[in-house]
Amino acid sequence: MAIGVVPRVARTLALVLAGLFVAVLAGAAFAPLAQASGSTESIRGTLEERTADDERIPVPGVRIAIEGEGFEGEGVTDENGDWLVELPGPGSYTAALDESTLPDEVVLRDAEDNPWSGEVRTGRSQVVRFNLGEGVARSASTLDRILERGSVGLRFGLLLALAAVGLSLIFGTTGLTNFAHAEQVTLGGLLGYTFAAGMGVPLVLAAVMVLIAGALFGWTQDAALWKPLRRRGTGIIPMMIVTIGLSLFARSVVQAFYGSSPRSFPHRSPVVDLGPTRLTVYDYVTMGVAAALLVAVAYVLLRTRWGKATRAVSDNPALAAASGINVDAVVRGVWTVGAALAALGGMFLGLSQQVSAQMGVNMLLLMFAAVVLGGLGTAFGAMAGALIVGVFIEVSTIVIPTEIKNVGALAILILILLVRPQGMLGRRERVG
Amino acid sequence: MDWNSLVANSFHAAFGVNAIAYAIAAIGLNIHFGYTGLLNFGQAGFLAVGAYGTAISIVHFDVPYFLAALIGMSMAVLLALLLGLPTLRLRADYLAVATIAAAEIVRLVIGSTVYARWTGGSSGFSGAFSNAFYNANPLPNETLHFGPVSVTPNRAWFMIVGWSLVAVIALLVWLLVRSPWGRILKGIREDEDAVRSLGKNVFARKMQALIIGGVIGSIAGIALVTGERAVLPNVFGTQLTFFFWTLLLLGGVARVLGPVLGAVILWLVFAVTESILRSGASAGWVPEALVSQSQIGLIRVMLVGLGLMLLMIFRPQGIVGDRRELAFDVR
Repeated sequence: MAIGVVPRVARTLALVLAGLFVAVLAGAAFAPLAQASGSTESIRGTLEERTADDERIPVPGVRIAIEGEGFEGEGVTDENGDWLVELPGPGSYTAALDESTLPDEVVLRDAEDNPWSGEVRTGRSQVVRFNLGEGVARSASTLDRILERGSVGLRFGLLLALAAVGLSLIFGTTGLTNFAHAEQVTLGGLLGYTFAAGMGVPLVLAAVMVLIAGALFGWTQDAALWKPLRRRGTGIIPMMIVTIGLSLFARSVVQAFYGSSPRSFPHRSPVVDLGPTRLTVYDYVTMGVAAALLVAVAYVLLRTRWGKATRAVSDNPALAAASGINVDAVVRGVWTVGAALAALGGMFLGLSQQVSAQMGVNMLLLMFAAVVLGGLGTAFGAMAGALIVGVFIEVSTIVIPTEIKNVGALAILILILLVRPQGMLGRRERVG
Repeated sequence: MDWNSLVANSFHAAFGVNAIAYAIAAIGLNIHFGYTGLLNFGQAGFLAVGAYGTAISIVHFDVPYFLAALIGMSMAVLLALLLGLPTLRLRADYLAVATIAAAEIVRLVIGSTVYARWTGGSSGFSGAFSNAFYNANPLPNETLHFGPVSVTPNRAWFMIVGWSLVAVIALLVWLLVRSPWGRILKGIREDEDAVRSLGKNVFARKMQALIIGGVIGSIAGIALVTGERAVLPNVFGTQLTFFFWTLLLLGGVARVLGPVLGAVILWLVFAVTESILRSGASAGWVPEALVSQSQIGLIRVMLVGLGLMLLMIFRPQGIVGDRRELAFDVR
């Protein structure tokens, strides 16, 4: 709408500034080398095993030999995986990790990392990183790492898609940006945990129960809150702020019940060796179920009367109502299905990572990123966007530190809003 | 119930560090949303860059406190430019998502170990950076007593400076919004296209509003960390922004004193709820577990969430606001 008025210069400048964002991220890749603490020179690091789902487990009792400038020393990692060797002065040193002291199931991810050699400058505490992974030794080829991260990303992307489809459908049919959608994911994760780990219900049955509970939750929410608000003629933005209030309220209530510490499902399944990938049987099963459900949603939207009605409401609610479609029933259905899928997505995510009261809100902005990337309001866009965001986040950890991997996805969100706010599959006029 | 401690706690809550910082932050948000109609969900990001700009300048570069605060505020100008150039032409709800994402980027980056050398990572900075502010305290070095309320000299010094700052900023905002410039802002809020057809540069006015509100937000950030004497990245989460929204909507949108009123009332409600729960716990009709520090924090979030929903549904204009001045149309 305002594009014509914004001077071209401003847009160019905006692109440059957005580029700066990316530069900050790139800088992050090299920043750890520049860390320093203390006044004398030393070499230090933290040995952590990074599992396929990004859990970090410290590895104690590993020996690292330091040599250089006529000095020889040795460091041993403590129970936090930390090690430090003080040096007599600046100069060039090598740090060699003794692989025979590693636990059997832990290996170096990159053989060429070991031994490390480099300069230690005056007053610096040089951080040396050895990346550890579990299982069989992995070759260091970039392709293998991309495949391995990509497989984790694909799994996350599929589950993200499952969670985000509802967000996009609700936006499409009602125009509402639902911040409380995150709480439906959390609810699914925590209920799944309660059923499967607390009450000992078999996983498959627990998943079905979560699906039903999620559907009930979505149905009730629309019946008790959103439909009355729509009837009153409450605007879209006030409703969006209501979703924020609901999100804060629901999250704090859930946290009061479950506490704030994350929990893990006790269920374990064997790792499937497929090339460089390290996904477990559960991972493949959840990915398969997620993909099947997404295909089912697509089928319903494209081939059934109800799906056609949904798409008609997304297109133009007034026209849909005028042609005899029961808009309220369609919206009710979208809330029910969307909440059910989000809850199941939450349980599946919890199965491979952890469940906590914050798990939903931690991925809310990733869901937004996926939905905006694909095109707000389009179900297929949300699926495609989620897959891209999931794979991008994981593959990007090859170059940027894992702890800020989500920053990349958020930067994409802003960049997409800048260059193509309607997303990949959206249409221009939706943006206004 | 212990009335003395209730009065003392209420006084410190309603006029203390948090009320001051929240009031200033919400005044900034009021310029964005109340007067211009910009749906900024990333105000916490402006507080974060203000706080960290100031603390980093002092800790790493030994910059004098006042100059450091100016650096923190200029960081907010940068963030506003960075954020505004791509997003100000978006529709309201898109702007909301973009600003919330930007604020999260700021928080994740300053809290990460990657830049821990500069930012202190997740543990941030301790209070030493604010020493210059408290060393300038001209008050006599003895605790003041007003009935049940006692105020340490440092706290009194902060409250005097803080409330003066609130008064000055509120006055400036009052002068700004009744100027021709302020009338254009309100025009943008009401009908952007009409303002544009009058030959006004809507984008530039929106950008100026974003910058001014953001700088006021950064002042709130500096006030918050100076008062708390600690800089922690997780303080600046999205939740903080929604606290500002709640108190702004509570006090009244598009009123100069709305955010100030909202901040005082919000913190008063927090203090009174906490006192009631604590006395209930000692009397035995509230479970002890409910009044632990983390649970009190949860109860605050619960109140804010519930308050936000109820306000939005039943009284969006808040206490002193005017319903006709609410900018809730999607553009």
